[in-house]
Amino acid sequence: MKIDISGLSRLFENRIRLGIMSILLVNDSYDFNSLKAALGVTDGNLASHLKALEENGLVRSEKKFIARKPNTSYSATEKGEKIFRTHLKALETIIRNK
Amino acid sequence: MDNHSDYLEDIRVIKKVMEESSRFLSLSGLAGVFAGIIALAGAALAVIFFMNGKILLRNDFFLDMSPEELLTLKINILILAVVILVLAVGLSFWLSYRNAVKKGIKIWTPVSKRLLVSLLVPLATGGFLILIFFMQNNWQLIIPSMLIFYGLALVGAGKFTYNDIFYLGLAEITTGMIAALIPAYGIILWCAGFGLLHILYGLIMYRKYER
Repeated sequence: MKIDISGLSRLFENRIRLGIMSILLVNDSYDFNSLKAALGVTDGNLASHLKALEENGLVRSEKKFIARKPNTSYSATEKGEKIFRTHLKALETIIRNK
Repeated sequence: MDNHSDYLEDIRVIKKVMEESSRFLSLSGLAGVFAGIIALAGAALAVIFFMNGKILLRNDFFLDMSPEELLTLKINILILAVVILVLAVGLSFWLSYRNAVKKGIKIWTPVSKRLLVSLLVPLATGGFLILIFFMQNNWQLIIPSMLIFYGLALVGAGKFTYNDIFYLGLAEITTGMIAALIPAYGIILWCAGFGLLHILYGLIMYRKYER
C-alpha cells in the first residue's frame, strides 16, 4: 500500500472507499445493506471496494445471519483507523496551506 | 486527483457521511411544537373534568372519594393519558417521516434503530414504574417520574440526533426534580415540561434546521 510523504493514502483516492472509512470511523460496525443505502452505490461496486479495504487490512468483516438472511457487518481495524486519520489530517493540512 | 477542489470535496463528503451515518437528522421541530400543544390541551381537559377546575394538587383530594368514584376517575385519567400519548407520538413520527422524505434521508437506519432503543429503555422503565405508582395511588410520585424518566430518555437519545435533544432532556429532568420538591404544583410543572419546553425547543429546532 502506497502512502506518500504528505500522509495521503492512495487507497482513499476513491470516494466510495473514503465514504466507507468515514462511516466505520464513527460507528462501531455497519452492515452491508446499510452501507449500500448510506453511500447510494450498487452491490457489486460496494463489494469490490470493501474487498480492497479488507485485503489491505483496513476493514474486517463478520458474517451474521439475521432472520436466516446472511448479513455481513463491517468494522474498521486499528490499522485502518490510523491510516484514515493520517489521511484526514493530510487533507486538512493541504487545504490550509493552499 | 491532485486538485485543490477535489480535496475540499473529499472533506465535504467525509463530514456529510460521518454525520448522516451517526446521527438521525430528520427529527422535526414542528413535532415538538404540536406535542407541546397537545400536552397543554390534555392538561386543560384534566383540570376541567377531573379536578373541578383547581390547578393545585392537594394530598387530600382523593381521600373523600368512594372506591367506585376513585376507580372511575382513574380509568378516565388513564384513557386521557393514552389518547394524549398516542396523538403526540403518532404526530411526531409522521412529521419526522415527512421531514426525512423531504430531505432524502432514509428513516430505518442503524442509527435510527439505536436512537429508538436508547429512548425506549428509560421510557418503558418509567412507564411501568408510573403504572405501579398509579395502582398504589402514589399520586405525588407520578408527575416527577414522568418528567425525570422522559428527560433521561432524551439525554441518552441526544447522542444519536441533534444536540439540542440532550439539553431538552436536562431541562425535563430539572423540571421533574422541582415537581418532586413541590408536589402541589405538579400540574403546572407538567405543563411547563411537556407543554412549554416542547414548544420552545420545537421552535428553536425548526428555526435552526428546517428553514
